[in-house]
Amino acid sequence: MSSPQPRIGVVQFPGSNDDRDVLWAFAALDAEAVLVWHEETELPDLDAVVLPGGFSYGDYLRCGAIARFSPAMSAVADFADAGGLVLGICNGFQILCEAGVLPGVLRPNASLSFVCRDVRVTVERADTPFTSRCEPGRELVVPVKHGEGCWFADDELYEQLLARNQVVLRYAEPVNGSLYDVAGVVNERGNVMGLMPHPEHAVDPLLGSADGALILASLVDAARDRALTTV
Amino acid sequence: MLVRPKQGILDPQGEAVEASLRQLGFGVAQARIGRVVDLEVDAEDPASARAEVERMCEQLLANPLIESYEILVRENGA
Repeated sequence: MSSPQPRIGVVQFPGSNDDRDVLWAFAALDAEAVLVWHEETELPDLDAVVLPGGFSYGDYLRCGAIARFSPAMSAVADFADAGGLVLGICNGFQILCEAGVLPGVLRPNASLSFVCRDVRVTVERADTPFTSRCEPGRELVVPVKHGEGCWFADDELYEQLLARNQVVLRYAEPVNGSLYDVAGVVNERGNVMGLMPHPEHAVDPLLGSADGALILASLVDAARDRALTTV
Repeated sequence: MLVRPKQGILDPQGEAVEASLRQLGFGVAQARIGRVVDLEVDAEDPASARAEVERMCEQLLANPLIESYEILVRENGA
């Protein structure tokens, strides 16, 4: 029996700008990715959802603060509540934090400068649907491009996250002033992840690194498993 | 309403402004930068206007993890 192609929805907000890169990356990884417009109140039949990078709704007020109230986000929250796989990249991470789906908040970089370059991140956990193709401790090279990627949580929340093992990626070098170099976290249940680096920009060695493909391919694997169990 | 970075939260913008003011020779101990949102609200009385803005703050205007807010009500109109 041939394995089915998982179907992954990429939510397109006004101001999203990495949505098509994500589509391209998933096509390269043998998944079917479809755009979902932010005004949709229901999601089509999907095995996973990605919230792409960009500047949704102009990132007015705080990054992601307005996007979290879009109709599609209610549907995404329901999808996540039902155990669906959701990955937020950069602005998508900011939206999930503002929505309270993921812990913490992304603040202006400590340097106040936009940072746009390849960075090294360490995989803290390889037992998530987003990192299963990595080994714990593995270093990945993935680009970042953000002005507001300084992840923050208060002491109490951070202790909780450590106890629940929710930190998945940490920067292996100074990038934006993130608390304890946190670059990516999952929710308690482990079905929603957010990260500031852009795996979709690192799926082909021609672009400098293919390490991002490990993250997206992990998600494709997990989404394919879901597709199989729901067939 | 006024939104401020909470006490103890790093405010790089405030730090940059503080350094500039010092450079200009002003004796500034600390600068913190927040945001002002002016709202015109139709309400029965100041108390209900305040309660309404309070709900706006909780849902959208401030992020309680990093920001505190203060509501100032001024009667307007009729």
